[in-house]
Amino acid sequence: MSVLIFIDHSDGQVKKGALEALSYGTQLAARLGVAAEGVLLGALPDAGQLGKYGVTKIHQVDNDALHHLDGQVFTAVIAQVVEATGAKVIVFSNNSDGKAIAPRLSARLKAAFVSGAIALPDTANGFVVKKSVFSGKAFANVSLNTEVKIIGLNPNSFAVTASGSGTAEVISFNATVDASKVKVLSTNKIKDEVPLGEAEIVVSGGRGLKGPENWGMIEELAKLLGAATACSRPVSDTHWRPHHEHVGQTGLAIAPNLYIAIGISGAIQHLAGVNRSKTIVVINKDPEAPFFKAADYGIVGDAFEVVPKVIEEVKKLKGVA
Amino acid sequence: MKILVCISKSPDTTAKIAFTDNNTKFATDGVQWIINPYDEWYALVKAIEIKEKDPATVIHLVTVGLADAEPVIRKALALGGDEAIRINAESQDSFYIASQIAEVARQGNYDLVFTGKETIDYNSASIGGMVAELLGLPYVSLALSFEINGTKAIIGREIEGGEETDEVEIPAVVSCQKGMAEARIPNMRGIMAARTKPLKVQEPVAADSLTSIVSFELPPAKAGVKMIPADNPGELVRILHEEVKII
Ligand SMILES: Cc1cc2nc3c(=O)[nH]c(=O)nc-3n(C[C@H](O)[C@H](O)[C@H](O)COP(=O)(O)OP(=O)(O)OC[C@H]3O[C@@H](n4cnc5c(N)ncnc54)[C@H](O)[C@@H]3O)c2cc1C
Ligand SMILES: Nc1ncnc2c1ncn2[C@@H]1O[C@H](COP(=O)(O)O)[C@@H](O)[C@H]1O
Repeated sequence: MSVLIFIDHSDGQVKKGALEALSYGTQLAARLGVAAEGVLLGALPDAGQLGKYGVTKIHQVDNDALHHLDGQVFTAVIAQVVEATGAKVIVFSNNSDGKAIAPRLSARLKAAFVSGAIALPDTANGFVVKKSVFSGKAFANVSLNTEVKIIGLNPNSFAVTASGSGTAEVISFNATVDASKVKVLSTNKIKDEVPLGEAEIVVSGGRGLKGPENWGMIEELAKLLGAATACSRPVSDTHWRPHHEHVGQTGLAIAPNLYIAIGISGAIQHLAGVNRSKTIVVINKDPEAPFFKAADYGIVGDAFEVVPKVIEEVKKLKGVA
Repeated sequence: MKILVCISKSPDTTAKIAFTDNNTKFATDGVQWIINPYDEWYALVKAIEIKEKDPATVIHLVTVGLADAEPVIRKALALGGDEAIRINAESQDSFYIASQIAEVARQGNYDLVFTGKETIDYNSASIGGMVAELLGLPYVSLALSFEINGTKAIIGREIEGGEETDEVEIPAVVSCQKGMAEARIPNMRGIMAARTKPLKVQEPVAADSLTSIVSFELPPAKAGVKMIPADNPGELVRILHEEVKII
């Protein structure tokens, strides 16, 4: 019996979502009184140091076919590890890769799956996991009714905690790896930018900014804060900003620690993607803008006057000229 | 090309979220039902675009739902699509729904199965992956773009912090999101035509449910907004630094 955590990585780095899943999985294992183990596909230098998050063993399968994601191939391999180790709970981050693999594994193993989990399970009476529903407007408590269970942990909903200084034993696992039906032609990562789904701080702009030429101050503030940039839907629909920055009901749902909304009215569909943010700051010239009702801190004012002043103050704080 | 598009109904995006029966059921009173936006704007419209390029394409729609799902499936037929299948069952368990869709897909021998990225009520993003596994097909999740290239498809998909372009063997299952296509409005001709398009109702096949919803909760209300004067943004920065300790 164990809790098995999928160690999602790319470019030699463990993804933030995977660190959250590791922290979640080891705390769950401690609670259940079982071991926490990792499953690692592909090559990752220094995997053993992940022991500091509490995993004792990491089952690694390295093979050329596992150097890019094909959910079908990954699922078949992970299923073999689950079977061999007798894992009872498998934890994924509910990030892009998690969404490609975890539901498949659920169907393959006929194991109950909850995606978008935001807290550890309640095991007092069965196995009930709280998940985000209605685009962050509510939660559902979902009971997982099979012996083997799969959890997809929402990004930014569980703190990363290194619980020890231990080293995990990395064990090479002998798995049958099928041929992939997916060939990666190219990857295009936005370099030097914080991925929006993982960002701690997000600076976001709406139609109130009038045009793409005015995004300089948004980018400057984001850079100073180590933040990602986002936007409302009309802004990406009119191509002022790229599609991947669109947050909301029909865009990306995010849950940063700080969301700064500038010139965004706060329509219900926009809020649906950002209302899980821990702290929300709204800058809008209209005191009646609905966003203020969802905000923690607000400034009523013209963005073109307020934002440059905020930038000045942040520079003072950070000691940059 | 034979395409199956999965259509689910979801509450209108402005619907009030409330629960009844001791917080075990979504309160549907007064709720307007729409086609789940990802299914309509991206999955269905992409299928229509494929058919516009290659008129030999056949588009079937499938929904797992009771009779109250019919207005939504008719609207989907009005947008495009040749016929619809409604599996007469309602479930909140993804595996149960996926099992029904996989059965329809098996019977119909489709080249492509399109789903939306997720339903906007339960946000599971699971059905596509489950259907693909049940059919033993490749699955590309969170697709941003899609082109057919002979017996393969060229698909852009979301990855952390960027995009990846994959070449995938058909048949395949694809979950669709923004970027795939531009939203359309049904026209009068489509609405008239939809009335006579076949909508078959089939009983569900036996399948397991692996999960159940115990209860719903609303998030705690916010404490209220603290306003900061526009001429004193230093105060905002101070609060974020000293009190919230985030910058
Ligand atoms: C089915 C559906 C799904 C949708 N999904 C999404 C979604 O995922 N994400 C999303 O964002 N929207 C979505 N929308 C659209 C949503 O309803 C709103 O139309 C949209 O969010 C408005 O964007 P906005 O706030 O940038 O623009 P506006 O509503 O035009 O607001 C602009 C704001 O800027 C303020 N402003 C103007 N000038 C200044 C200035 N100089 N300084 C400071 N403030 C200023 C104004 O007071 C106003 O509040 C969806 C709509 C539908 C119907
Ligand atoms: N009841 C249903 N009937 C048909 N398709 C569905 C149903 N529920 C979900 N889907 C499809 O699966 C996608 C993902 O749904 P979900 O996994 O529930 O978030 C949706 O966008 C639909 O395309």
